[in-house]
Order: sequence, then structure tokens, then C-alpha cells
Amino acid sequence: MIPLSHFMLISAGLFCIGLYAVLTKRNAIQVLIGIEFMINAAVLNFVAFGRYDKISGGGQMFALFAIVLAAAGVAVALAIILNVYKYFKSIDPTKTNTLKD
Amino acid sequence: MDQEQIIFYFFAASVLISALCVVVMKNLVRSIFLFFVTLFSLAALYLFALADFIALAQVVIYAGGVLVLMLFAFMLSNKELLNSLKPAASSFKFNNFAGILISLLFLLILFTVIVNTDFNQIAWMQQSVPINVADNTTHIIGIHTMTRYLLPFEILSVFLMMALIGAAHLARKGNKI
Repeated sequence: MIPLSHFMLISAGLFCIGLYAVLTKRNAIQVLIGIEFMINAAVLNFVAFGRYDKISGGGQMFALFAIVLAAAGVAVALAIILNVYKYFKSIDPTKTNTLKD
Repeated sequence: MDQEQIIFYFFAASVLISALCVVVMKNLVRSIFLFFVTLFSLAALYLFALADFIALAQVVIYAGGVLVLMLFAFMLSNKELLNSLKPAASSFKFNNFAGILISLLFLLILFTVIVNTDFNQIAWMQQSVPINVADNTTHIIGIHTMTRYLLPFEILSVFLMMALIGAAHLARKGNKI
């Protein structure tokens, strides 16, 4: 049986890697990958805590909900990225500085 | 070190190393394909938390859906990145350094909090029943979805439909945004 703190340490590491990607990357797809890392770190925590709670089962249920929400978010974000590329000819988030022309 | 621990730490190292490579790598195609490795190893870690259905959903949704979507968006958005990936002359800017600093400090905070916490003291954890290896977690999830978490489930389904319609509308050809 793996102790709970080891799951949490792994998820902390994954979260910080995602944070680094979000803060420094100059490509919207890589920023999106960073956000996915952070969501996955949260899901790992949900699942690790959910092991101790069979009766209400909140951990695994909300891990499932978070995965589905992340997938929906990625679909919308990629559609927006494609539109931004069509309009600005670049997906560098530092160069897209207007919402409207 | 028994077998369980060896396999667990192998997958943990695989998650962290491949995630680091995804972030550090300059070539976006390689980093997207390394993202596969991270997601599969994460699914393996979910198995160690006795969440088989979540691991399966992770493989199906992320590796099957999200990554294919990302590859599509990447190929449709920046063709010029594929042939010439010039590493920017000043890739290690102040911006980069500040990002490293912030994430390392945040990692330090999280580590100290996790190491100093005594998880045996948590009240709900002492009273609750842990999941056994022999339990059928898919069965439990199915019952919970239709009873206790019915409202979040319905809200999620409406949200998912909204997101799909929104994404289809945004990606439509020839609209004026």
C-alpha cells in the first residue's frame, strides 16, 4: 500500500511543471499542455484521497467529472486557438493583445 | 521494496521525467508525443489508488480524444514550426528565469506542507471505510452516479453539450468570429 503523501508529492511536482509551462511558454498549445498537467495533478490528488472513502465515493466521482470537464475545455480552447491563428497568423499568447479589432 | 512499490516508483519517475521533457523540449511535435507517455503513466498511477475506471477513462478520453485534437490543432495552426524550429537567440530570458523561480518556490511550499502534514490525524479518514482491492469500483461508481451525484452528473451533461456546440460554432468556416 503506497502512502498517501507519495501520491501528493508526485502531484505537487506535476503541478509545478505545469505552472512553469503556463508561465513561460510562447506557444498557446504548450500553455494548454501545461494546464492539462495541472488538471491531471488535481485528478491524481482526488483519486489518492478517494481510496480512503468507499461510502460516499466523492474522490473517484469528481476525478471523473474533472477529466470530462478538462476534455470539454480542451475542445473549446483548441477551437479558439485555431481562430486566433487565422486572425493573427500566430499563436504566441504575448502577441495576441486585442480581443476585438 | 516489494513489487508494488518498484512498479509504482517506476511509473512515478516516468510521469515526472516525461512531463519535464515535454516542458523543456523545443520541438513541439516531440513534446506532444511525449505527452502520451505522461498520460499513460498517470493512468498507471491511478490504478495504484484503486481507481480502475478512472484510469480507463484517462486512457480513452486523454490519449484517444484530447491528444488527437491537439495534434490536429497543431498541424492546422503552425506549419512553419514543423520544418524550421529555430531556438530563439535569447531563449533564456528574464521571463523564463522568473517562471522557473516561481514554480520552484511553489514546489518548495507544497513539499514542506505535504511532508509536515500528518495524514493519520484527518478526522473523516479515521471514520471512513477504505476501498479494498477486491471491491468492484466500477459498480460503486455506477451506483453513485445515479444516486448521490445525480445533480452534478446532469449539470455536467448540459455543460458538455454547451461546450460541444460552442466549439463547433467557433471552428465553423467563414464566420466573422
